[in-house]
Amino acid sequence: MEKKEPLFRITKRGAIPWWASLGIRLIGLLIALVICAFIIFGITKLNPLKVYAAMWDGALGTNRRMWVTIRDTMMMLCIGLGLAPAFKMKFWNIGAEGQVLVGGIAAAACMLYLPKTLPNWLALVIMCCASALAGAVWGFFPGYCKAMINTNETLFTLMMNYIAIRLTAFYVAKWENPYGSNTVGIINSQSRFGWFPKVFGQQYGLNVILVLVLTIFIFIYLKYTKHGFEIAVVGDSENTARYCAMDVKKVIIRTMMLSGAICGIAGFLAVAGAGHTISTDTAGGRGFTTIIVAWMSKFNSFIMAVVSAFLVFLEKGAMQIASQYQLSDYISNVVKGIILIFLLGSEFFVNFNVRIRGSHKSEVTK
Amino acid sequence: MSIKNAVRMVDITKTFAAKAAKVVANNKVCLDINYGEVLALLGENGSGKTTLMNMLSGIYAPDSGDIYVNGKHVTINNPSDAFALHIGMIHQHFKLVEVMTAAENIILGLDEGNKLIDLKNVHTRVKDFCDRYGFVVNPDKKVYDMSVSEKQTLEIVKQLYRGADILILDEPTAVLTPQETQKLFAVLRNMKADGKAVVIITHKLHEVMDISDRVVVLLKGNYVGELMTKDTNPQELTNMMVGRPTTLNIDRSKPENLRKCLEVKNLSVKDIYGVLKLKDVNFTCYGGEVLGVAGISGSGQRELLEAIAGLEKLEPGAEILYTPNTPGAQEENLAGMSPVRIKNMGISLAFVPEDRLGMGLVGNMDIAENMMLKSYKDGSGPLLDLKKPKALAEKVVKELEVLTPSIHTPVRRLSGGNIQKVLVGREIEQHPSLIMTAYAVRGLDINTSYTIYNLMDEQKQKGVAVLFVGEDLDVLLELCDRILVLCAGQVSGIVDARKTTKEEVGLLMTHLG
Amino acid sequence: MTQAQIIALINSSVVFGTVILFGAVGEILTEKGGNLNLGVPGIMYMGGIAGLIGTFYYEKAMGADAVPIICILIAIICALVASFISGLLFAFMTVTLRCNQNIMGLAFNIFAAGFANFYGGSLNKLAGGVGQINVLTTSKAFRATIPALNGLGSIGKIFFSYGFLAYVAIAFAILIRWFLNRTMVGLNLRAVGEDPAAADAVGINVTKYKYLSTSIGAAISGLGGLYYVMDYQKGTWDSAGGVEGLGWLAVALVIFASWRPLRAIWGAYLFGILSWMYFYIPGLTRSSQEIFKMLPYIATLAVLIFVSLQHKVENQPPKHLGLPYFREDR
Repeated sequence: MEKKEPLFRITKRGAIPWWASLGIRLIGLLIALVICAFIIFGITKLNPLKVYAAMWDGALGTNRRMWVTIRDTMMMLCIGLGLAPAFKMKFWNIGAEGQVLVGGIAAAACMLYLPKTLPNWLALVIMCCASALAGAVWGFFPGYCKAMINTNETLFTLMMNYIAIRLTAFYVAKWENPYGSNTVGIINSQSRFGWFPKVFGQQYGLNVILVLVLTIFIFIYLKYTKHGFEIAVVGDSENTARYCAMDVKKVIIRTMMLSGAICGIAGFLAVAGAGHTISTDTAGGRGFTTIIVAWMSKFNSFIMAVVSAFLVFLEKGAMQIASQYQLSDYISNVVKGIILIFLLGSEFFVNFNVRIRGSHKSEVTK
Repeated sequence: MSIKNAVRMVDITKTFAAKAAKVVANNKVCLDINYGEVLALLGENGSGKTTLMNMLSGIYAPDSGDIYVNGKHVTINNPSDAFALHIGMIHQHFKLVEVMTAAENIILGLDEGNKLIDLKNVHTRVKDFCDRYGFVVNPDKKVYDMSVSEKQTLEIVKQLYRGADILILDEPTAVLTPQETQKLFAVLRNMKADGKAVVIITHKLHEVMDISDRVVVLLKGNYVGELMTKDTNPQELTNMMVGRPTTLNIDRSKPENLRKCLEVKNLSVKDIYGVLKLKDVNFTCYGGEVLGVAGISGSGQRELLEAIAGLEKLEPGAEILYTPNTPGAQEENLAGMSPVRIKNMGISLAFVPEDRLGMGLVGNMDIAENMMLKSYKDGSGPLLDLKKPKALAEKVVKELEVLTPSIHTPVRRLSGGNIQKVLVGREIEQHPSLIMTAYAVRGLDINTSYTIYNLMDEQKQKGVAVLFVGEDLDVLLELCDRILVLCAGQVSGIVDARKTTKEEVGLLMTHLG
Repeated sequence: MTQAQIIALINSSVVFGTVILFGAVGEILTEKGGNLNLGVPGIMYMGGIAGLIGTFYYEKAMGADAVPIICILIAIICALVASFISGLLFAFMTVTLRCNQNIMGLAFNIFAAGFANFYGGSLNKLAGGVGQINVLTTSKAFRATIPALNGLGSIGKIFFSYGFLAYVAIAFAILIRWFLNRTMVGLNLRAVGEDPAAADAVGINVTKYKYLSTSIGAAISGLGGLYYVMDYQKGTWDSAGGVEGLGWLAVALVIFASWRPLRAIWGAYLFGILSWMYFYIPGLTRSSQEIFKMLPYIATLAVLIFVSLQHKVENQPPKHLGLPYFREDR
């Protein structure tokens, strides 16, 4: 019963140099882009190169478009920063979407109900705190249940998303303006109360500053503080954490509240710093996309910024094509999905060695 | 009777790349297995015994080399290929599905196709095997309700049910009492008489002498040699196994200046299912003495140490009285205190847990960061003090001769022995008055094991109380002053290690006094 | 509530429940093999849009001559193939390429939502038509009931007023239960989900089992998407993404039912009742309705908490759920 070896043998790799792992991912990306080009060609029958040029134009073509791209990148980065502490603790916070929404609701509520006599900067500070608080509350529940009775946090946070969506729908119906439109409309479009002011002449300058400050904060928090150390140990093993006399429950709850709070601030950015309205689309699936981006970037803020920028670029570009050729702008999700899946797939080649049958025999005899 | 060859392995090489450096687990190893014979595969931990046998059972694939079964060249790609060749392996960590019954585990993977589960047939066939070789198996018992030795029996029956003629057992006695070991050996002799080929992987010399007909010795992945058991002796085998002439002895010092350190009274602990894991445990631990803890694995050893460390919820009425090592100090009751509170009281308990990378250390962190695990809160302010742990890491690496590229290597990339040195080193550096260790030498090579034994003895001479949970009775008898024996969560006896015998301890492990 | 209202509530709950029952039964099969596929919403999208595309072109080609039975066949085959391939992709990524399962599920959802909504929104335009895509003949065939049984008064209305897929869903649940508990292959599959190393050691081909359970599970889940399009939405495309929410509920239902297909049946209808209750509670405003729509999600949270409070071995998820298996790990 002579049997053949299987065609492929897979073995775990040791560490590989950074340029090789980067190279593997770039190849994955390239294949994904080629496939996307074929798909777009199949639908539009246009020269893919021209299509990519149109995308470039859509994302960066004008000063305004470029700033929208930057704004959305900052928003994703902000959510990613919020996810980082939770994921470092191996807490699957799939609930960013909901945390962003409740943060947005809090910000919108402030814009509507705060006395309009307040100075704008004070209103913004209050809004930021309110959004962070709302997000923290949304993070508290799954954190508390995980800490106390070890509920499955993936599904818990997922359900919290849908509760947040319904809550948003509740407020949208309540704050409807004009009546019957089923939207809130642009809030304070005349007074611009609770809107981000222009910084250095840029509409979205404050978004960038706020997110950069958060980036530095999270970097230091995770790497150089006692809290950060606790998060890392709990993430490795709760037994180890208890063994080292850490209060595991406190760490889990505190970290999830922080995670929720930063996602809440992303909601504040979306409402006060971008849309000036609130709807069930305010988070727009970015909560989910960011999880994948942050995971692939291993929660490194710098890589996260680059990948987010790239994805937002694609998204804007694809939307441009969609509007140019009167297609549904969901095409951008198709492109995004394909690229994410290919990047995920390329991870395998970073971590494993694939050997084709028979190729090793000569190696050994050497 | 002429010898009939069952398996021939020629020039087998296997490497693993996942550790810090490429590890050659087997280097051009050759091996013969014969029918009607018990072969002992002897070697230290990490010498590649299990890896070699895993290539017969289809778990690993060799990088190069040839395997012949019954004289035919074969390629074993997966466990089904191994079954087809009538090779069955009983792994050290049992490969049983916990939530299923014995019968379901036995038929698992058989009769593919549209067939329905038929347990009747299994019952009769299992009874056959039991009668023939002297087993006891209850086919309807769930695996999670079974004792370790029941699980092992089930594994053997499972292999026989699949028609195994070549049976490989990986460290089968590690979890058994001396009495259970004798029963197992009786079964193995029956199988040998039945013409089956039996391979037993072990690092215990007296077992080799007891059960095997032939010995093959491996050292660091290399084939060292092969001997007939009747022509050799334990000293010769030790030398082959370690690679140079060695005499290994534990220098047991006399206990002096005994001082009461810890008194445990009425300690009971339940698990999350409400089952009692420890019941009314009472004992006293003295500074200047090594108190060994023996018992079948899972008799409450882990719970005992974790209860003292403040990691278990105790049943009411328990007292853990700790006497600090300062003159005139008051006794403190630690029962019901969390590790945080024990630490805040300034009490230093060193604890080397069984699960090194899942409890004692963080595998993804480097040596310096692991040094800070228990002391990261020292110093005021929210920021970490990174300097002291670094100095400590360098000290431990130097004093215990930890082999590592640098103190910034993640500990999971170190070998088992070096990981344990990092852990033990950190715990001793706390200058504790009590050290608790659970299976401190499991998986370690002989030299590191003896380093650990001698470290424990050194601590004892310094007046530290040592609570040493072990599984190898020979070692417990040589190292400890007294041995506490646990049986099903209860103390079945505390004996003087210098006067007792292995058989007496073994009996206590299974019988409550 | 009047009798008519109660019957209407039950009817809409069963229709709602059927969508998530398909999703949950497929996911139970997948999860019993140890794969946690969070891509159920995406798979439902794929099943739905594939069925819609297939019948759209058939109806367009045939015009008024479209044969209902062929419509049904085309729809089901398209849905099964598309969702099976989706499951295959998930298995390839997580089993062969060892991606993290949660991440892959989420990534697939992004792709599938984009793909389905893109075609759902622009298929008609791409085909040269205007306005909403609509497959009337097919939808009618899917919603056909047996007229004789429908005439049994309220009993008939409660039990027999659904399209055939509602009964197929129940049949699948019973079939999967029988398969898991009574057949050898089912036993082997459970072993793979509980302890792949043990399964591997007795010669079960872990990779094959995982691939098949994930792909077939996905195919079953995909029928939920088809039912949503053909029955719930009456043959049109819902661009508001309603099927996504239902897909997540299906994932929740698996936990609610503690991985037991029969429990999923009544769980699905219960979710349906909770979701439609707001419609029958008098005096709700448009905003306060939204609070009632939270009920199924809150119920799932309650179950999650309840399950964690009790420590019964039988109610726990498969032990190796969501984890990758690599034989040579050491």
